[in-house]
Amino acid sequence: MNQPIQDLELVSVTKRYGNTIAVDAINHHFRPASYTCLLGPSGCGKSSTLRMIAGHESVSDGAINLAGRDISHLPPARRGTAMMFQSYALFPHLSVTDNVAFSLKMKGVDVGERRNKAHEMLELVDLSAMAQRLPDQLSGGQQQRVALARALITRPQVLLLDEPLSALDPFLRIRMRGELRKLQRELGISFIHVTHGQDEALALADEIVVMNNAVIEQAGPARDVFNAPRTRFVAQFMGGHNVVALPEGHFAIRTDAVGVGAPGSGIAASVTGIEYQGTHVSVLARIAGDQEVTALVPDTEFFSSPRSPGDPVGLVWDARNLHKLTA
Amino acid sequence: MALVLLVFLVAPIVMIAVVSFWQATEFSIIPAFEFDNYEFLFGSSVTYRVFVNTFKYALITWAFTFLIGFAVAYFLAFHVRSLTWQIALFLLCTIPFWTSNIIRMISWIPFLGRNGIANSALMSWGVIDAPLDWLLFSDFAVILAFVHLYTLFMVVPIFNTMMRIDRALIEAARDAGANGLQILWNVIVPLCKPGIMIGSIFVITLVMGDFITVRFMSGSQSANVGRLISNDIALLQYPSAAATAMVLLATVLIVIAILLRFVDIRKEL
Repeated sequence: MNQPIQDLELVSVTKRYGNTIAVDAINHHFRPASYTCLLGPSGCGKSSTLRMIAGHESVSDGAINLAGRDISHLPPARRGTAMMFQSYALFPHLSVTDNVAFSLKMKGVDVGERRNKAHEMLELVDLSAMAQRLPDQLSGGQQQRVALARALITRPQVLLLDEPLSALDPFLRIRMRGELRKLQRELGISFIHVTHGQDEALALADEIVVMNNAVIEQAGPARDVFNAPRTRFVAQFMGGHNVVALPEGHFAIRTDAVGVGAPGSGIAASVTGIEYQGTHVSVLARIAGDQEVTALVPDTEFFSSPRSPGDPVGLVWDARNLHKLTA
Repeated sequence: MALVLLVFLVAPIVMIAVVSFWQATEFSIIPAFEFDNYEFLFGSSVTYRVFVNTFKYALITWAFTFLIGFAVAYFLAFHVRSLTWQIALFLLCTIPFWTSNIIRMISWIPFLGRNGIANSALMSWGVIDAPLDWLLFSDFAVILAFVHLYTLFMVVPIFNTMMRIDRALIEAARDAGANGLQILWNVIVPLCKPGIMIGSIFVITLVMGDFITVRFMSGSQSANVGRLISNDIALLQYPSAAATAMVLLATVLIVIAILLRFVDIRKEL
């Protein structure tokens, strides 16, 4: 066993609710001390997967291994994981300090010591000034940091975050994701973050696991998943891709890898729509077989030879940018 | 709204307060402003004994209704998973309320009597040799009837607050390593406090103001303040009854004020 100690591994993990299968025999090896995002539409099984790792949902089949031991049937607190809940689930009747110190109280740590530990944690999340407040006297971002401190005080090897940013407004969401990333680097533990936002996943994750219909569609480093989707679902869900049917099969190509040329060059197409997006212009064109293809053209390039709907154009791309889809 | 309150709440209480200062003899009632009624009331050892007895009933009944009410509400809120079943069982709890208080109370009599069902059953099982006397017409019977009549007033508000507890809080507590008992004590009970308090106020005011249950179930052998008042009224001693009523009202208000100091129920209303 020369594996690093913090490895988390899912072995054929399955979750059934009656006859419906929420998670279908998934296998995944989470790299230690990395930030992983479980990404997918609602109902794809990502939350069930997270809750099974946390121990809040029983595993119907398969095993979850952490640091070389099977944790699939241990109670949540003995797994070495900690969970941060979607709505934070702070205890409304307890002060910030008591919320953070809750798990220590359950263990029977005495008041003085658990207050000290809680204050250390609050310093880590930069919330010492709010220690005496009640949760509903805090803003959304502050509540989230309390929830983080409460989860981290148990010194987990893996922190599980269930859509942690969905309750925040867009501005705060971007700031908090920076803080999450920074915290993960500082602590050097694994974060597993469930989200349905591909931009959030791309911004945060070392590794993205895209799920759909109870299975993992594709997993890998963020850039690989975005740049080289393997299935039609991943290409469409990650966005920024065209899925085109060519005689050799289905391919994904990034919208910014499609160029708009003069009629006669490349593939014959006719412009059906133009959308100005600031730095880029999105040109929607129809090619043979009634397929819509989007080309994202830098604005200076577009305005040097503007097109309008109805114009015939030629779409050009480098064949190396085509990624063959398996499904 | 204000008018309704004025006519049906404030005016009668003011009337009672006024009458409590009147003078009464065996055959007449004289409007006056005297403290005779109160002097007599506070000077009599009977008053203190009856008040102590009233508090005793209130306290014991409260303890039992709380324990049973909390358990029932907990079962309904946390163990019954489907909403349909929750509603069905909840309605089941209310079925006894389709009949009147008195009928529910009186129906205990054949059950608890000397030759009643309880005694004959216990005797036929060989648990006891002679009928138990204390089953009926005793403090036991009074408290049993109170608990039977008023537990639902505890169940409803506690169930209501329990249903509002975010289930994620329970998971968060479990994630932090709390066991079932710790979750109950550190999360559920504190969050149910407003419901417990509302239920307690219902039960305590109902028990302290009751006279009919005590009369029927104790076989007129025990007294509480309500019976003191009803006896005075039966003897046409309205001023004395009014004075006792004022003291009882003040006592109940003080008890509620003390309860409200512990918990802020405004969030619930």
